[in-house]
Amino acid sequence: MALPTLVTEHWYDLRDLSNLSREILEGADKILPHGIVYVLAALIGFVASFLIFVLPSQLIVGVYGERKLIGRMQSRYGPNRVGPFGLLQPIADAIKLMQKEALTPKGADRAVMYLAPIIFVAPAVLLFAVIPFGPKMILADINPALLYFLAVSSLPVLAAFMAGWSANNKYSLFGAMRIVAMSISYEVPLVLALLGVVLFTGTTSLQEMVLWQKHFDIWIVFLQPLALAIYFIAVSAELNRTPTDIAEAESEIVAGYLTEYSGMKWGLFYGMDIGYALAASAFAATVFLGGWSMFGLDKWVPPWMIIIGKTHLFYFVFIWTRGTLPRLRIDQLMAFAWKFMLPVALLNLVLVATERMLWVEQELDDSYLYIFAVVNIWAALGAIWAWSRFLGYRPERNPVRARLVNEAGGYVPVPEAAKGGK
Amino acid sequence: MEGFGVNFAFWTLSAVTLGAAGGVVVSRNLLHAVLFLILAFIGVAGFFVLLSAEFIAMAQVIIYVGAISVLVLFAVLLTPRAGRDNGETAMALPALLLAIAVATVFIFVVNDTNWTTVAKSPELATAELGTALLSTWVLPFELASVLLTAALVGAIMLVRSREEEAEDALA
Amino acid sequence: MTLELEHFLTVGALLFSLGLFVALSKRNAIGVLMGVELMLNAVNLTLLSFSRFSVSERPVAGQTFVVFVITVAAAEAAVALALAVSVYRNRQTVDIDRINLLKS
Repeated sequence: MALPTLVTEHWYDLRDLSNLSREILEGADKILPHGIVYVLAALIGFVASFLIFVLPSQLIVGVYGERKLIGRMQSRYGPNRVGPFGLLQPIADAIKLMQKEALTPKGADRAVMYLAPIIFVAPAVLLFAVIPFGPKMILADINPALLYFLAVSSLPVLAAFMAGWSANNKYSLFGAMRIVAMSISYEVPLVLALLGVVLFTGTTSLQEMVLWQKHFDIWIVFLQPLALAIYFIAVSAELNRTPTDIAEAESEIVAGYLTEYSGMKWGLFYGMDIGYALAASAFAATVFLGGWSMFGLDKWVPPWMIIIGKTHLFYFVFIWTRGTLPRLRIDQLMAFAWKFMLPVALLNLVLVATERMLWVEQELDDSYLYIFAVVNIWAALGAIWAWSRFLGYRPERNPVRARLVNEAGGYVPVPEAAKGGK
Repeated sequence: MEGFGVNFAFWTLSAVTLGAAGGVVVSRNLLHAVLFLILAFIGVAGFFVLLSAEFIAMAQVIIYVGAISVLVLFAVLLTPRAGRDNGETAMALPALLLAIAVATVFIFVVNDTNWTTVAKSPELATAELGTALLSTWVLPFELASVLLTAALVGAIMLVRSREEEAEDALA
Repeated sequence: MTLELEHFLTVGALLFSLGLFVALSKRNAIGVLMGVELMLNAVNLTLLSFSRFSVSERPVAGQTFVVFVITVAAAEAAVALALAVSVYRNRQTVDIDRINLLKS
C-alpha cells in the first residue's frame, strides 16, 4: 500500500514534523562541518521527543494525571499543593527522589543491583522506535516491527529479575520469581492474539497495519475485539499494572522486586513503568485503533496528535482499571492465563483464520468486512460470557479444603482457651 | 559488506558476544553466568540483523532471551540447595585443549577455503520464509510442532512432584 | 575494510569453541546446558552467514534451517532443565560429578 500523499513537503506543514527536522538538518549540513549534523539530529530528536512526548505524557499524564484521577476515583483530591492544581508535583517528586540516598543492602550483589535500573530503562526508549507517529514520522520503518516490539518488551522482565535477585532479600526474590512466571505465562495469549491481527492484515510492519486500516476504513478493534481484550489484560499483567501487579503487591510481599531500592534507582523503575505502559498503549493504538489515521480527519488534524490522543485514551483505561479493580491472587492470575485467555485466544485465531480464508479465497467484497465485524463482536461477547458461565472459576463450586499453617510446615501458637477446653 | 557502520557494528558485536561467552566461562557465580549468556544471545541476534535476517533476529530475542534464559533462571532458582558456583570438573584441562584444537581447525579451514561469495545480500521477505516453511518444508515443520508438544508433556511429567500427584489423585 | 564470509565464520567458530569448553568442563548441570545453548547459537550464526553470502538457488533454505534449530533448542532446553530439577529432587544436587549412582 502506497503512502497517501496528503502531507506536503513544506517545512511549515506541521502535520508531519519530519519535514521541519529534515529542513533544519539539511540547512545545518551546509554550514557546519561534516558529521556534526548527526550530533545535531540526536539533540533535536531528544528535545522534540521531550517536548512532544515525555513532558506531556510521561510527567503530566503519567505521574500527575494518574495520581489525580485515582484520587478522584477514591474520593480524594490527589496532589493539589505544589503549583497550580498541583501540576508541579511530578517535578517536586523528582527533586525529592534525586536527593534521597540510594541504599545498597549488605550482602547484595552490587554490580547487578546497580545495572538493573539501567537495563530497565533502555528498552522503554527503544520501544518507541517502531511506533509510527505519522505518514513519515517513524524512526525505524522495519518489516518485522511487531516482532521487534514483542522482542524488546521481553527485556525489562530480565531487568526486574536482576533487581529482585541481586537485592538478597526474600521478598525481592519472590517478586522476581512472580514477574518471570507471569511474563512467560501471559506471553502465550498475547502472541496468539497479535497473531490473529497479523493473519488478517497480512503484514508485520506497523506502518502497513495503519495503512491497511486507513485503506479499508475500519479499525481492527471492530474486527477483533477479543484480540484487544486479550492484549489489554495480558499486557497489563506483563507490565505489573495494578489489578495484576502481584510482582510488587505491597500487601503481600513488601514491594516485590523494588523492596530494597530507594532514591533515583527506584525512581527509574517507577518512571519507566509509566514509560512501558505508554509504549504498550501506543502499540495498541497503532495496531487496534488505526494509529495516526482517523477516518479522514488526519488530513486536518496533525496525525501525531491523533495517535498521542489515542495513546492517552488507552492509558486512561489502564488508570481506570487500576483505580477500580482489586488485586488478583497469584494462583487466580496464573489460572486465568492458562484456563481462560489461552483457549479464548485460540478460538479467536480459528475464527479470524476462517474469515480471512473466506475473504481471500472467495474474493468477497470489502463490505463483507463490516459483516465480519458484527459477527466477531457477537462472537467475542458470546465467548467471554459462555466461558465464564460454564467453565469459569466459582468458589462455591470448587471447594478447596483450607490447608492449616502447621500442616504446611509453619508453627501456630495454640491459644490458652483451646488448650484448657473441655 | 562495506562501510563504517557495518564494520563498527561487526567489531562491536564480536567483542560483546565473545566477551559475554568468555564471561560464561570465567564467572564463578552461576547467575552471573546466566546473565552473560543472555548478553551473548543478544549479541548473536545483532549478528543476525547484520546478516539481513531480521525475522530470525527477532525470533532469537523472543525465544532465547524471553523464554530459554528465563527457563534457565527458573532451573537455577528451583535447585536452591545445589551449589551456586560455576566451577570446572577435573576434565577442565582436556576440555580446554579440545576446544583450542577445534577452534584452530575451524579457523584454519575457514581461512584456507576459497569461498565463492556474493557481495549483495539476497532480498528475502519474511513472507518468503513463511511460504517456504509451509510448502517445501511442511513435513519438518509439522514434525517440529509434534516434537515441541512431546517435549512440553515430557517436561511437565518430569517435574511433577509427589505431593502434586497425591493432590490430583484426591481430587 | 570489507567484511567477508570468513569474518563471520571465525566468530562462529570461536563462539562454538567457547560453548564446547563450557559444556565439557562445567560441574553444574545447568552450566553444561548453557554451553550447549552457546554451541547452538554458533551453529545458527554459521548457517545464516552461509545463507547470506553463498550463491544458491534457494536462499531461504538457510533461514528455514535456523528456524528449526531454534525450535529444537527450545524443546531441548525445556527437557534438560526438567531433568535437572528432577535430579535435584532425588539427589539434592545438580553437580554432575556427584550424580554417580551407577558407579560402585
